[in-house]
Amino acid sequence: MTPAPAPEVLSAPLAVEFPFTRSLGPVQSAFLTGLRERTVLGVRTADGRVLLPPVEYDPVTAEEIRDLVEVGTAGTVTTWAWNPAPRRGQPLTTPFAWALVRLDGADTALLHALDAPGPDAVRTGMRVRVRWAGERTGAITDIACFEPYESEPDPRGAPHDGEFADPVRGIVAPARLDYVYSPGRAQSRYIAALAGRRTMGERCPSCRKVYVPPRGACPTCGVATEEQVEVGPRGTVTTFCIVNIKAKNLDIEVPYVYAHIALDGADLALHGRIGGIPYDQVRMGLRVEPVWTEGGRYPDHYRPTGEPDADYDTYKELL
Amino acid sequence: MSKEPIAVVGVGQTKHTAARRDVSIAGLVREAALRALEDAELTWADIDAVVIGKAPDFFEGVMMPELYLADALGAVGKPMLRVHTAGSVGGSTALVAANLVAARVHRTVLTLAFEKQSESNAMWGLSLPIPFQQPLLAGAGGFFAPHVRAYIRRTGAPAAIGSLVAYKDRRNALRNPYAHLHEKDLTLEKVQASPMLWDPIRYSETCPSSDGACAMVLADRAGAARAPRPPAWVHGGAMRSEPTLFAGKDFVSPRAGQDCAADVYRQAGITDPRREIDAVEMYVPFSWYEPMWLENLGFAAEGEGWKLTESGVTGIDGDLPVNPSGGVLSTNPIGASGMIRFAEAALQVRGRAGEHQVEGARRALGHAYGGGSQFFSMWLVAAEPPAG
Repeated sequence: MTPAPAPEVLSAPLAVEFPFTRSLGPVQSAFLTGLRERTVLGVRTADGRVLLPPVEYDPVTAEEIRDLVEVGTAGTVTTWAWNPAPRRGQPLTTPFAWALVRLDGADTALLHALDAPGPDAVRTGMRVRVRWAGERTGAITDIACFEPYESEPDPRGAPHDGEFADPVRGIVAPARLDYVYSPGRAQSRYIAALAGRRTMGERCPSCRKVYVPPRGACPTCGVATEEQVEVGPRGTVTTFCIVNIKAKNLDIEVPYVYAHIALDGADLALHGRIGGIPYDQVRMGLRVEPVWTEGGRYPDHYRPTGEPDADYDTYKELL
Repeated sequence: MSKEPIAVVGVGQTKHTAARRDVSIAGLVREAALRALEDAELTWADIDAVVIGKAPDFFEGVMMPELYLADALGAVGKPMLRVHTAGSVGGSTALVAANLVAARVHRTVLTLAFEKQSESNAMWGLSLPIPFQQPLLAGAGGFFAPHVRAYIRRTGAPAAIGSLVAYKDRRNALRNPYAHLHEKDLTLEKVQASPMLWDPIRYSETCPSSDGACAMVLADRAGAARAPRPPAWVHGGAMRSEPTLFAGKDFVSPRAGQDCAADVYRQAGITDPRREIDAVEMYVPFSWYEPMWLENLGFAAEGEGWKLTESGVTGIDGDLPVNPSGGVLSTNPIGASGMIRFAEAALQVRGRAGEHQVEGARRALGHAYGGGSQFFSMWLVAAEPPAG
């Protein structure tokens, strides 16, 4: 068999994005609700330090701590780094300094953005103050950023009961990760062949099993698989389930049959949808063939060929 | 040099529920950890190291829970490890902690696993839109249902077996105050009438989505001698892995599961698990996995597991009670589910399982699996210390 030409290795953006929710618990609830009310709360540890942002448990004794302290809204920069090119989602759209700010009355520093005209305008030890956001919801972004502000340090913190009307008890923390996804060489070749409506597997040189989809290596023998083998197009339904739950971003009407299909010549089943037959008549051993739609990267589904069902013994190792 | 014997001297769980909106993740794990410490009558200062596990990061979006939770778990200034093996993680986490004691690296280890499913969406986490791949699956149920059908075909098991397991486990959960689901009015008829989600898996044969945490304190022989309550002794523990998909993979009875069980029995000197083990806490997220794992773990010959279920052997009053706690079918904070199995096995042999205590349990198996039936972890615990 002629070796397949080296395919172009595919890649595409993959954004993984989800609005995770967070239950805050008593301390973070007071802290974030406080920000909404322009009040910054730290927490006092057993050894008398005031931690800001506050935590629920003493890092030294591990005991629960609930002794809240209102600290000042002005403070001192303890260290910083210039951010010349802000990214999406960062506190400011213009270049700024990431700064650790120790607010007056706190013993630890808070990480936030410091709005300054340039790195020459920032130094460790400089005095700054909170610039509050116009609209505050009970989130760390209620502090829009810090800004330079000459003032005398006032180290006194005042006890605070953490009680506010209509406290914030939970937040939504949207997370987004941007990847460039590449299926690699073997799968790229597989996908390229599918464009010509051919299903290509790879045979392991050691155990001789044919892998579809191929992954460039045999997971059992741990050796590279190079030999290209065309399989199918027909195959056998080895097992299946009937899906009655509509998936959110999946444009398939329920019920539908999700099946394991052993294409003729393949040594493990791939997964596909069965159509062209009432869902409750699909059975193990049903012989099927792919149905393509214009422009589809994969068979849209598989339908019965009309052949007699395969004997169980012929596919029982391929479930 | 022989290994140090390992004793479970403290067990703690949260009351598992659909959503714990009153606590942060830190507050949740803390509850379980404090209960385990109270059970062992130890303080944070007595703990030498902390080993924590949870399910994949996307399930909550907390990328480094071990970092975030260090102060909540009293781990400042101590070693802290995180273990990561999908759904089996609670079991693997306990075994990593146990190995630290067995190797005499540490004398007293706190191990903990958790999940706060209400803050995320596991089905989303399992179905990321990978480019170039055809989206087909509808979560874990869609993945496992074809394997259940394969089991039914292979063994000729009657269709009702799945409902028997679900009914049994949900009834058992009524005896367990920590279980998530307490369905007092459930009947077998209701289970059998519940909708098919992923035929052949019905709604009532499916695990819930839970918030919860489980913790254990493991100690060496000296720690066990000081413990205020009877410990559970670890007689064997093992993990095995295999790929998600490979030619010849047996999804119904994976090789890794068989090998893992065989290793545990060898360590524990067990030759007839059906007779020598008094209670089993196995990871059954979909009801049919009870008969499947009964075979995989060597409690029944191939094709015979469903007969144990059908004849009531696996009931709480049967001679091989399976999931007296109500199991994963009644409580599923994913990352913690494996550890709950291990902890419940320990409670049984300590005689501390309360209303769901199996009379006279001396040896119990805790079992967990994860991923595409590819990670297995198990331990065998007993009331008596290991010989030697």
